[in-house]
Amino acid sequence: MRRRSLLGSIGAGGLALARGGRAQAQGRDLTVVSWGGAYQDAQREVYFRPWMTARNQRLLEETWDGGVGVLRARIQSGANTWDLVQVESEELLIGTEEGLFEKMDWDAIGGRDNYIPQAVSDSGVGAILYSFILAWDRQRLREAPRGWADFFDTRRIPGRRGLRRGPKTTLEIALLADGVAPSAIYRTLGTDAGVDRAFRKLDSIRGDLAWWERGSQPPQWLASGEVALIVAYNGRIAAANTNDGRDFGIAWNQNLYTLDSWVIMRGSPNRQKALDFLRFAGQPQVQAGLPQRIRYGVTARGANALIPREVLAELPTAPQNAEAALQIDDKFWLDNLDRLNQRFNAWVSR
Amino acid sequence: MKFGSRRGAILLVAPLLLSLLIGFILPIGAFLWRAVADDEVASVLPRSIRALASWRDGEVPEAAFAALAEDLREARARDLETGAGAIARAAARLNAELPGMRSLLPATARRVAQPGDDRARILASGEAWSTPAPWRAIRRAGGPVTDFRLLATLDLKHDAEGGIEQAPAESAIYRGILLRTLWISASATLFCLLLGYPLAWLIATAPRRAQPWLLGGVLLPFWTSLIVRTAAWMVLLQKEGIVNAALLGAGVVQEPLPLLLNRFAVLVAMVHILLPFMVLPVLAVVQEIDPRLPRAAASLGAGRLRIFFRVLLPLSLPGVGAGCLLVFVQALGFYVTPALLGGPNDQMLAWFIGFYANRTVDWGMAAALSVLLLGAVGAVIALYGRLVGFDKVRAA
Repeated sequence: MRRRSLLGSIGAGGLALARGGRAQAQGRDLTVVSWGGAYQDAQREVYFRPWMTARNQRLLEETWDGGVGVLRARIQSGANTWDLVQVESEELLIGTEEGLFEKMDWDAIGGRDNYIPQAVSDSGVGAILYSFILAWDRQRLREAPRGWADFFDTRRIPGRRGLRRGPKTTLEIALLADGVAPSAIYRTLGTDAGVDRAFRKLDSIRGDLAWWERGSQPPQWLASGEVALIVAYNGRIAAANTNDGRDFGIAWNQNLYTLDSWVIMRGSPNRQKALDFLRFAGQPQVQAGLPQRIRYGVTARGANALIPREVLAELPTAPQNAEAALQIDDKFWLDNLDRLNQRFNAWVSR
Repeated sequence: MKFGSRRGAILLVAPLLLSLLIGFILPIGAFLWRAVADDEVASVLPRSIRALASWRDGEVPEAAFAALAEDLREARARDLETGAGAIARAAARLNAELPGMRSLLPATARRVAQPGDDRARILASGEAWSTPAPWRAIRRAGGPVTDFRLLATLDLKHDAEGGIEQAPAESAIYRGILLRTLWISASATLFCLLLGYPLAWLIATAPRRAQPWLLGGVLLPFWTSLIVRTAAWMVLLQKEGIVNAALLGAGVVQEPLPLLLNRFAVLVAMVHILLPFMVLPVLAVVQEIDPRLPRAAASLGAGRLRIFFRVLLPLSLPGVGAGCLLVFVQALGFYVTPALLGGPNDQMLAWFIGFYANRTVDWGMAAALSVLLLGAVGAVIALYGRLVGFDKVRAA
């Protein structure tokens, strides 16, 4: 979900300093931190402004680029000015374990049952859900791919294929294509034989692979015909279709999904306000507004019923899209990324 | 008086030396130190390391369990108070010894924070604790220095007994990368020489009025940013780029050629970027050659080829040596150009340093690979001094 420029974050940092100094003197307003860009614009319309109006409260917005070190440094310095922060799943896992966040008071935000199960954890509540999907350009490809098996079938669909550079998502996809059931993926990857199997599968099309590193690349590569098939973030592909008039297709079968969550920073003086905001933002009728502006799935039970059907069909949370999906296992990657990075780098640069 | 003037001279250069020390030697030294530093675990688990000091294999001593529990409770309390994440860092270090420790250590720390029997709690947080593997990992990572990163840059590792063995073939990588780095740099140097040497002669022997223009032609790209020049090659070489459009238009090829993301693109751009570093030293030497010497050779009956090979070439060699050294050493550290123009199997050592420094934030491995690169540069310069001699460079 990193999508801001370095320059932007420096600017935001300076702004944060200026604001922080002033706010502390007078008991500061609830400060909410998210990923910036089109996503935060949508959040502002759907959550931030309506909450301010409904509660007659002020809310300060900031943006960040992620990284648990940033949160650590804020708690460590004792001068933390952030209250509510949107984090990726890995930061949620590590930050919870290190005690950087307040425990989530589920009763205060509508109860655990108010949310889909994946959104519930000890100190975070899921905000959005997004997927790695298989995308192609309908203008260039006559035959639609049906799933990951077709990604590896260069006879059925010739041409180059794009994958995200790195072992995370790549190895899962290789095993899915090789017929491993989603529920068995991480058990298989935990064994040497399973890792060998994934690399053998990748070997079968290694000459046709191209590797992207930024989320903005897949729609560009599809548009320029650089690749026939590519793994991409679902939101980027949907945005290219609506904003740039592309005709990209998405194969949802066995997509890989993950969540971003809201956390309350430890020791926040605005904990009550933050909980109130989360309660407000956890209402299905409020959440239903977000996907209509940007194609991410939302986490309140019952929100899907309030989303127009054609929008819902483009979300990872639509029942037909979520059916065979695999949640990326952060704990697995925390433990195994070093080892598999080394192996992946050795393999890819051979 | 003599002594006084020397002291004065030292005082005069003292600010320069000091700034060199503070701005150059200290930070680089501190960074390279990270290649061997090993204090993440020692600072979190001091008692455990002491308790394991005399333990070899076999049953894990009871005292180690108690020490681990106490260490983790203390570290966790400190982490919770300061948010320093010391346990997380120690766990990341241990993960390099034994995959799985990254989550096992913090989980264990959480468990032992609750009251109860330490040993039972530790065993309950992960079955691995009943095996020697995690305890061995703690002992190996006990610091204060380690050679595992430097060994890893040579595709070596410690085996269970502490000896040194080859890394498994499927994850061996850096020896190959080092060879590739040397090979790409040598190729770039060779092409620079083939292009730059005649070019230097052309400039040196051109009519006086044409010389500044020719020299400007070499220097103009030299003054353009490296990234801009690299990006320009991307525009030229891409699938729907100018070169392919021209080739298609001329009917030379039917399909656009794959010119980008391969070794060809990397070498073309590197030669383009490094060419001035070859031309300028050669030119400087060639211009100094006494014009009477070839004439003297001719008057003694030597043919043109003979004049070149017996007189001009030997006299220009110091420039060639200096140019080759400059180009080769710079090429060794290339990062942006292969990253943007090359495919996965065209990346050089610098890419992997960047990978560890920026992507995985493992500064230890970044430092260790930097040591490897620095070693390669040092070896090349030493070899040059041995074969050619540095006095010749001074003449250039």
